[in-house]
Amino acid sequence: MMIDLLALAVAFPLLGAVVVTATPSHARGLGLASAVLTTLTSLVLSLGVWRDGSVRSDFGGWGAPLGIGLQADGLSVAMLVMSNLVALAVSVYAGSYFSATARRHFWPLWLLLWSALNGLFLATDLFNLYVTLELLGLSAAALGALSGTRAAVAANLRYLLVGLLGSMTYLMGVALLYSRYGMLDIGLLAEVIEPGLVAWTAMALMFSGLFLKAALFPMHFWLPPAHANAPAPVSAALSALVVKAAFYLVLRLWLDLFDPVLNASVANVLGLLGAGAVIWGSWRALRAERLKLLAAYSTVAQMGYLFIAFPLLVATPPGLARDNLLAAVVLLAMTHGFAKAGFFLAAGLVQKTAGHDRINELGGAAQALPAATFAIGLAGVALIGLPPSGTFLAKWIMIEQAMIQGLWWWVVVIMLGTLLAAAYIFRVLGHAFNREPTPYRFVNDARTEIPALLLAFISAFVLGLIAQPLWTLLDQGVLG
Amino acid sequence: MITQFLYGGSGILLFLLGTWSFIVHPPLIRKLIAINVMGAGVFHTLVALAYRGLTAPADPVPHALVLTGIVVAVSATALALAFGQRLDRDHGSSADDD
Repeated sequence: MMIDLLALAVAFPLLGAVVVTATPSHARGLGLASAVLTTLTSLVLSLGVWRDGSVRSDFGGWGAPLGIGLQADGLSVAMLVMSNLVALAVSVYAGSYFSATARRHFWPLWLLLWSALNGLFLATDLFNLYVTLELLGLSAAALGALSGTRAAVAANLRYLLVGLLGSMTYLMGVALLYSRYGMLDIGLLAEVIEPGLVAWTAMALMFSGLFLKAALFPMHFWLPPAHANAPAPVSAALSALVVKAAFYLVLRLWLDLFDPVLNASVANVLGLLGAGAVIWGSWRALRAERLKLLAAYSTVAQMGYLFIAFPLLVATPPGLARDNLLAAVVLLAMTHGFAKAGFFLAAGLVQKTAGHDRINELGGAAQALPAATFAIGLAGVALIGLPPSGTFLAKWIMIEQAMIQGLWWWVVVIMLGTLLAAAYIFRVLGHAFNREPTPYRFVNDARTEIPALLLAFISAFVLGLIAQPLWTLLDQGVLG
Repeated sequence: MITQFLYGGSGILLFLLGTWSFIVHPPLIRKLIAINVMGAGVFHTLVALAYRGLTAPADPVPHALVLTGIVVAVSATALALAFGQRLDRDHGSSADDD
């Protein structure tokens, strides 16, 4: 039963993509149906992992090292649940966002991206991970250029090329590892890998490829134009999920594979780059003239926090404190996923109503859409890290650990980033309160506003107040 | 052994050359060729790895990897070319408008 679910979580969106391509006239209905099926499968799978522990399936009865398998443990399932809920909301939103012609192009690519994403979270094999990374990059770049404007095509061409550079570098690292150890399964490799020139070079290659894809400062240059020029539902998926997938892979490889190879100096470099991302991304978000550009720079900053966690994780001895820190990082990634998707969906609605997204001239449009503005506000609560959002809890744990370990400079960075985030969120919200009369309808376009509201609500309230299950979940295979 | 080292080493050299060219040259077509040279370098190394001497059969796994890799590289190149064509066309039409 569980074995089928692992394959189905990847197969449903893939099948959906084929069906939608074959019958473009029913793209929306069939696309939504496969979206619901995929999400349900992922949720049932996650429930199973939560109750009974991690599951693995080897296809065709061929086990590793020759065959390939899928595996779901706590970490992958946490990302899977977040991604699939966000993707479902994006699907509902996209159902009424796109025109009939754009819809035909959107659905096949979107379902392909979803399939790659689920595959990436469940794959256990370094080469399969490369294939899902490439699929993700190709479909993401094609989706980002969907609007067809010159700016969008140019930005996404650059995104595609950077992504290719990243995955080629990753693949070279995989080739090196294979040359030394003759296997590709992460679990088997972890048993034999030892510090040395080969492992170190492979790690450097694979990680730098992934940093490019995760838009880690200063390799973030491609992200803001690509995410800001994509259609709103695509921006939401790119910012909330696609960069997060690259981060997940860094975390996964680091925890499962390169743990004996890594040392504190590597982690400190990661932390420094993360700190650069937090400060620079937040500053640029504060200075951004357009709402979607602001959200894109905010993604750069929020990715930075995730990398600041690495030096803290290395400094913390194994035990409860380290487990808490690890769960905090995952919680931060999940909360940002919900918050940024909600933010982008709401921003897209504001942009559609106003015809532009220049922040200084948005007053009237934002005020005419109370639900969308409220969603931006809720997502803002999570992006800043106000209680009771998941970000608050995660940052609290990170700051606490940094204090205990005496690494106070990371606390300064986190505080500064939080302050800048508050500034750029309030800058947007400030423009929503300057026009009379106040409209009397809260929800104006239910099919697009409700998904944005729900995502923002989850990020601001649900993840922080009900974070306990995440700890239980991460106990399945990742924590101690 | 020497032969294998030679093949593997030239694969790594190709990869480095491609990376350098990708970073240095701005035109799209040169970047695309550079990416493909990088890919060729990786595949070259993988194929060299598969060799296990004259008596033993070659390791099939790297071959499967290279085949998959080639398919991915071809599709990626096609997509990038389509983007480039779109940009050229837009550029051409806007020039006509002027």
